[in-house]
Amino acid sequence: MHDMSTHAVSHGAPTSFISKHVFSLDHKVIGKQYYALALVAAVVGMFLSWLMRIHLGWGSYAIPGLHLLSKSGAPGDVMTPEYYLQLMTMHGTIMVFFVLTTAPFAAFGNFFLPIQTGAEDMPFPHFNMMSFWVTFVAFLVMVAGFFVADGPSLGGWTQYAPLSAVGAVGGPGQGWGVVLWAASIGIFCIGQLLGSLNFITTTLDMRCKGMSLMRLPLTAWAWFITSIMGLTAFAVLMPACILLILDHVAGTSFFVPSNLVIGDHLLPHSGGSTLLWQHLFWFFGHPEVYIAIVPGLGIVSHVLITNMRRPMLSHRVLIYSMGALAVLSYMVYGHHMFVSGMNPVSAIAFSFPTLVITIPSTIVVLIWLGSLYGSKLRINSASLFSLGFVSMFISGGVSGFFLAQPSLDIMLHATYFVVGHFHLVMGVAAMFGIFAGTYFWFPKMTGRMMNETWGKVHFIMSFIGAYCIFMPFHYLGMAGNVRRYQAFTDDYLIPLIPVHKFITVAAILTGFAQLIFIVNLIYSRFKGPLAPNDNPWQGTSLEWSTATPPPHNNFGDKMPVVYHDPYQYSVEGASADFIMQTSPEKLTNPHEEK
Amino acid sequence: MAKLFAVVIVLIAIGSAIPIIMHTWPLPQDISVHGQLIDEQFADTMAEAGISFLASQILLAFFIWRFSASRPSDKIKSFPGGAMGLVIAAFLLVGTEVLALGVFGAKAWGSVYLTAPAADAIPVQVQAGQFAFYFRYPGPDGKFGPIHPDQISEANANFFGIDTTHDQDSKDDIVTAEMAIPVNREIHLLMHSKDVGHSFYVPELRVQQDFVPGLDLSVHFTATKIGKYEIVCTQLCGLGHYNMKAYLEVKSQEDYDAWIKQQAALQ
Repeated sequence: MHDMSTHAVSHGAPTSFISKHVFSLDHKVIGKQYYALALVAAVVGMFLSWLMRIHLGWGSYAIPGLHLLSKSGAPGDVMTPEYYLQLMTMHGTIMVFFVLTTAPFAAFGNFFLPIQTGAEDMPFPHFNMMSFWVTFVAFLVMVAGFFVADGPSLGGWTQYAPLSAVGAVGGPGQGWGVVLWAASIGIFCIGQLLGSLNFITTTLDMRCKGMSLMRLPLTAWAWFITSIMGLTAFAVLMPACILLILDHVAGTSFFVPSNLVIGDHLLPHSGGSTLLWQHLFWFFGHPEVYIAIVPGLGIVSHVLITNMRRPMLSHRVLIYSMGALAVLSYMVYGHHMFVSGMNPVSAIAFSFPTLVITIPSTIVVLIWLGSLYGSKLRINSASLFSLGFVSMFISGGVSGFFLAQPSLDIMLHATYFVVGHFHLVMGVAAMFGIFAGTYFWFPKMTGRMMNETWGKVHFIMSFIGAYCIFMPFHYLGMAGNVRRYQAFTDDYLIPLIPVHKFITVAAILTGFAQLIFIVNLIYSRFKGPLAPNDNPWQGTSLEWSTATPPPHNNFGDKMPVVYHDPYQYSVEGASADFIMQTSPEKLTNPHEEK
Repeated sequence: MAKLFAVVIVLIAIGSAIPIIMHTWPLPQDISVHGQLIDEQFADTMAEAGISFLASQILLAFFIWRFSASRPSDKIKSFPGGAMGLVIAAFLLVGTEVLALGVFGAKAWGSVYLTAPAADAIPVQVQAGQFAFYFRYPGPDGKFGPIHPDQISEANANFFGIDTTHDQDSKDDIVTAEMAIPVNREIHLLMHSKDVGHSFYVPELRVQQDFVPGLDLSVHFTATKIGKYEIVCTQLCGLGHYNMKAYLEVKSQEDYDAWIKQQAALQ
């Protein structure tokens, strides 16, 4: 633990518009920039999913104006098979990287980690600024795929080789589309590595007086654990993307074996390994699932604690569980490859850690449920989305029981069951974490309140809608409905099309609920009622002990000193139902696990 | 709002379980010898996952209903047994559950993938390419001739790149666009891809295996029910992925013998 007097930040308050709002060194501005980027990316990703869903329900339907997006991809406004795959690839990639990684980790983490640790800023503000702008460039490069001759890649967000590595002969978008995809993700990795370094150093080295590691709130712990995962996972994905680009532009064959024939032409490649890409990708890809969800575990716990007016049954058990998830996430990646042709004994070796990972996940859920018991639960938009997260995490978790077993993966691999599973546990749950964080921290970030009534409408529509979309995915998967098909022409799939139509309607309605959120967010930012005080939810952690919004150096003239564990709610004999971390009040019976 | 939410959770939980209990979309019928172990494993997993799902969702709903009604003057109560009790419960209940699933699941997996095909299994070669499957039977000599990738030509209908002029073993090979097998005979399926990744998936046969360019892979299975089934590709292979399919016909031994004779005559 450190006295902040030794850690004066290297930059003064910005004076110009550019240095304040564009190339800002302030972690709070960078956090908001990440949030804005994630919001734009989420709108794009959701729009793509609407187009895909309409096509899956009514394949011959002309979507008015679609040709404006791509003349060749939608002649007569009807989507071609390859354009469907291209939109699907962009939907997955944009959502996983630019929304689910960016918002819960980079956006909220940037804004709140230094404040919750009691720091004036991150230790490397220039790296921090670069991390955002590099990510922004990555987004532009990804979107640029729409503007090259044959459009973006159609290879899916997993970009399996050799389809991704053979070049334009592989199909539309497999030339420049893949190069842009790999370049974008490679650049994105740089941004995440820079960000992760800052997060780790902030947590370890920038804590204020009295802030021991165990006194950090669960959010700070979640971001810290996530940043360690990010540092190791993105460090593997980046070289994989470089090798993929080299296979395109430098005549190498990292991922393409010899003797491949496309269009009656023998390809000039040799010596590469198809499975090498899958190993590299999933070594990143599975930790990525936890990079998306662990910040959500932290945010939801933090929001629930404030709204239950009690700490979790055990602070440490939650921290250890998140740590266990992180460690195990590296040992389980092979469950994506059970039927990939990897040695069948490896499948069993990957199956057991995958099953074991349900133990820390179950512990987290049981601690949440056990802590709800006997609490004084407040219902507001933030707590509703947190409780919705718990429900989604349970539903997405139990379907993991199936996919962890190679024998069942024979039936379910590459079906809608998998799509339903990861959308619930990684997509919807992570989005609910983002929404919970937004409703909860909006007053601190902007000084204004969001509309609670519309927040609740947004919640209930999203909750019901998400289940209507993703629960039927599981049934489709059990019936053998293969994913990544632009139309269902197989005899056994045709009877399932009505289910797809139902899902499409649900997806469009649920999407409209997100528009309510966006209007609420933007309206409240400028016209919402002012936050009544610096601590509207009666929270205890450091973000609530500073001004709203926080000043440039976070705490003004006086740096905080921490006296308590983070969640001193409903302490017997205390002067109020919450005692802030900075309160010097002596507690006779504190919630501390010493 | 809290009560509405709690009711919604319960309705969704029960509503999600109904199609499972009613078998609205059951697993496709099983026509394989090894499928029974998989289906039993599936049913066990569904029971365990289903109970976990319903119990935790309903508990969540009940706690939301009950404890959102707490008054400010109420005292915080601790869950009986505290965190340690829950951790022990998780280890014991879920630990045992997943260990059991893992062990029995490994047995089911092993029955498919860790056993050797019988010596008299019928070898059938399948080649995947954008966007079709082709099959090859070794003919009376029981041997497949070598593949020459440089001679693969869709234009000349030489899908496998076999050289019947020079390779003795290739002369009697039979190449088909659909797969036929005799019922109750083990098949040793030898798989390779000519271009990108594909997969061989027959839900009724409880078989799914990727084709990996550069690797020769195999699976073996026995079909137990005569009929016509679809082989579909599950590994994204390009714009025609959705339409990459072939039929698998499971025939009686006599019908199969007649079919193979007829195919040989067509070569």
